[in-house]
Amino acid sequence: MGNKPPFGPSALDLDLSRRDVLKIMGYSSVAAFLAACSSGTTSGGSTTSTGGTVTVGSNASDPLPKKGMEMVNAAFTKANGGTVVKLNTVDHGTFQDQITSYLQGTPEDVFTWFSGHRMRFFADKGLVSSIDDVWDKVKSNFTDAFATSVKGNDGHFYGIPVDYYPWAVFYRKSVFADKGYKVPTTWDAFKALCVQMQKDGLTPLAMGDKDGWPAQGTFDILNLRLNGYDFHVELLTGKQKFTDPRVANVFSKWAEIAPYYNDGLAGMTWQQAAQLLVQKKAGMYVLGLFVSQQFASASAADLADLDFFAFPDLGTQYDAEKALDAPIDVVMMTKKSPTLSKERGQANAYLQFWSKGSTQLIASTAAPGVIPVANDTDTSGYDALTKKAVEIIKNAKRITQFFDRDSRPDFAGPNGMQSFLLSYLQSPKGNITSLQGKMQQFWDSLPPEA
Amino acid sequence: MAETTTTGAAPAAAGQKAGAGVLVSRRRRRFSLLTRHDKLILGLMVGIPLAFDLALIWGPTLASVVLSFTNWDGIGSVTAQNFIGVKNYENLFGSYLFFRPALYHNIIWLAFLTLVATPLGIFLAVLLDREIRGTRIYQSIFFIPVVLPLVVVGFIWELQYAPTDGFINNALGLVKSHHIIDWLGNPNINLLAAVVAASWRHVGYVMVLYLAGLKSVDPSLREAAKVDGATERQTFFWVVFPVMAPINVIIVVITTIESLRAFDIAYIINRGKNGLELLSTLITNNSISEASLVGFGSAIAVVLLTISLVPIVTFLVSVNRNPT
Repeated sequence: MGNKPPFGPSALDLDLSRRDVLKIMGYSSVAAFLAACSSGTTSGGSTTSTGGTVTVGSNASDPLPKKGMEMVNAAFTKANGGTVVKLNTVDHGTFQDQITSYLQGTPEDVFTWFSGHRMRFFADKGLVSSIDDVWDKVKSNFTDAFATSVKGNDGHFYGIPVDYYPWAVFYRKSVFADKGYKVPTTWDAFKALCVQMQKDGLTPLAMGDKDGWPAQGTFDILNLRLNGYDFHVELLTGKQKFTDPRVANVFSKWAEIAPYYNDGLAGMTWQQAAQLLVQKKAGMYVLGLFVSQQFASASAADLADLDFFAFPDLGTQYDAEKALDAPIDVVMMTKKSPTLSKERGQANAYLQFWSKGSTQLIASTAAPGVIPVANDTDTSGYDALTKKAVEIIKNAKRITQFFDRDSRPDFAGPNGMQSFLLSYLQSPKGNITSLQGKMQQFWDSLPPEA
Repeated sequence: MAETTTTGAAPAAAGQKAGAGVLVSRRRRRFSLLTRHDKLILGLMVGIPLAFDLALIWGPTLASVVLSFTNWDGIGSVTAQNFIGVKNYENLFGSYLFFRPALYHNIIWLAFLTLVATPLGIFLAVLLDREIRGTRIYQSIFFIPVVLPLVVVGFIWELQYAPTDGFINNALGLVKSHHIIDWLGNPNINLLAAVVAASWRHVGYVMVLYLAGLKSVDPSLREAAKVDGATERQTFFWVVFPVMAPINVIIVVITTIESLRAFDIAYIINRGKNGLELLSTLITNNSISEASLVGFGSAIAVVLLTISLVPIVTFLVSVNRNPT
């Protein structure tokens, strides 16, 4: 499907202090971090080769991102002495489901993936190649926060960050202007706006959770605002319990806005729910910036009309963190590719090419909804929406990737958290204690994560 | 292979009828009928399928059984440390939240196909057997869904059921009146919606099988029944239906197997969650997904295998009984 999903535990923090880094490293031990600090010197210069071929496995299966990938590849061929890029595009969801067997079989040289927990997992398992040599050459083009996001538990580097995007509350400027709505900054104002929209015949909040993950975004932001970044990360990694009263709090807050969702949310994809916003049937939509793809497909005018605001404050001490989900996409190098030994030079060159702002701009221009991460990106051409997205991430003191990237995939998946949230949305005022019990029971039944 | 055994058994049976005294000599002659070339051909014809059968069916089956006692995550090789005894089964029957719903859903699926879809298919077959006008057109229409892969059936029905832009809600005027029925998302009705989609195909399948069977029923039986003053209904239930016993067994087995392996439609709708859990989707979501709980998924697969053995054994017993 077209999800732009979710990544690993936060490793991106733009107000980066040493203490923050330690905290953010969440999964890695202090020892690993210290080792990381001293490991930068191991690599020699990377060898890049021109001509020849390089193979690329891509999960960019939606039309616009796919086009972006093809444009980048064409530019690479031109820039790298005619290197032929053999692209293998796999449906986004399928690629994700099969990643374990893909990496162990005969993968392409380079593949698209997500930063964070799931990147480090495969690095620990030895299924991806460290790219320290390439990283050394390009690291000046990334902030420390992005560097942390592609660093494995062993201190080596495993990927090139290529884009990211924030989750926020999206709306149409024209609808707000016509009806005289004001952007709500507090919970009460947000709820009052929902009431007003309902009176005006709008569905206040769009939601399409057939695929199971979109509702996790709302869980994330409510938990971050109510209970803070530390609790959220600990909860998702099993250091806190889902039976905690603080989790109950999340669900009771959620129940205050749940009545304002559209009907049929459990049977609609995020794209179908986005159409409610495009068609001005719904007023607001909590989703990632990738929602703009649906507006871009509609018309340029629709895209220009799209705007967003940060999820409102909930009146807790954690409001100040301004935390949000902002997943990072990366390109990485496999280990078992049969052609890699022969094409390592081209693969290195390909990764280097992706580290340039100009390359990342090609992709993000073709598929709006993602933001380049390289320092040397020419930001002069950014539209207002992208500029604002950069700003909201800069203002965030804590950044997470997304529920199903910050937590273990067997817990977050369809027969797991996705099911629990769907049954919650079925009856938000139902028995939350029993639901929390089920979540914890399920977590406890999972084998230790190797 | 069933083919080979049956043909092989026939001459032996004939020999038995001829009397025990000549049995030995007959046997010897039967063997002498096979030249070395024949034996080679026979050996290849049995051996090659057997090798495939062992490698592609029995191998993976046994591997699943072995893996069901491990906590293997699909990475690297299985080592002694991976073996955790029956813990997967304890977890599955004890605390796993999705197992019982999945089992119920499979049973509901079976009940619906058996009680609604199959009788409907049989009913259509009986109607079409009466040579009504345009029978071939009707046959084609009902049969078309059978030609489609279940995946495609899933896509087609997903479009029909979609809440706001689907055909059904729009045709019923529910979108306009803002009383959307969430066919795919409401856990109380989405199983029914999925099984209706599955039935759409199943009805045609049963119809064709049954129609073929009806054509082979000796017309004199019906005539005799008519002469005896039986009504149409009586003729069907007391004469035709019992004569069709072999076809009936096949249909029962097919219906059962279709219900046990139900997967595609539920998986396409929402990957088997929120009211659409099935044993097959649990296996997939646990073992062939990012979750990579291969050992646990295998345990569910072994349970499904065990359940499937019941109709399979029933079928084999009935098939092996029939020739004699």
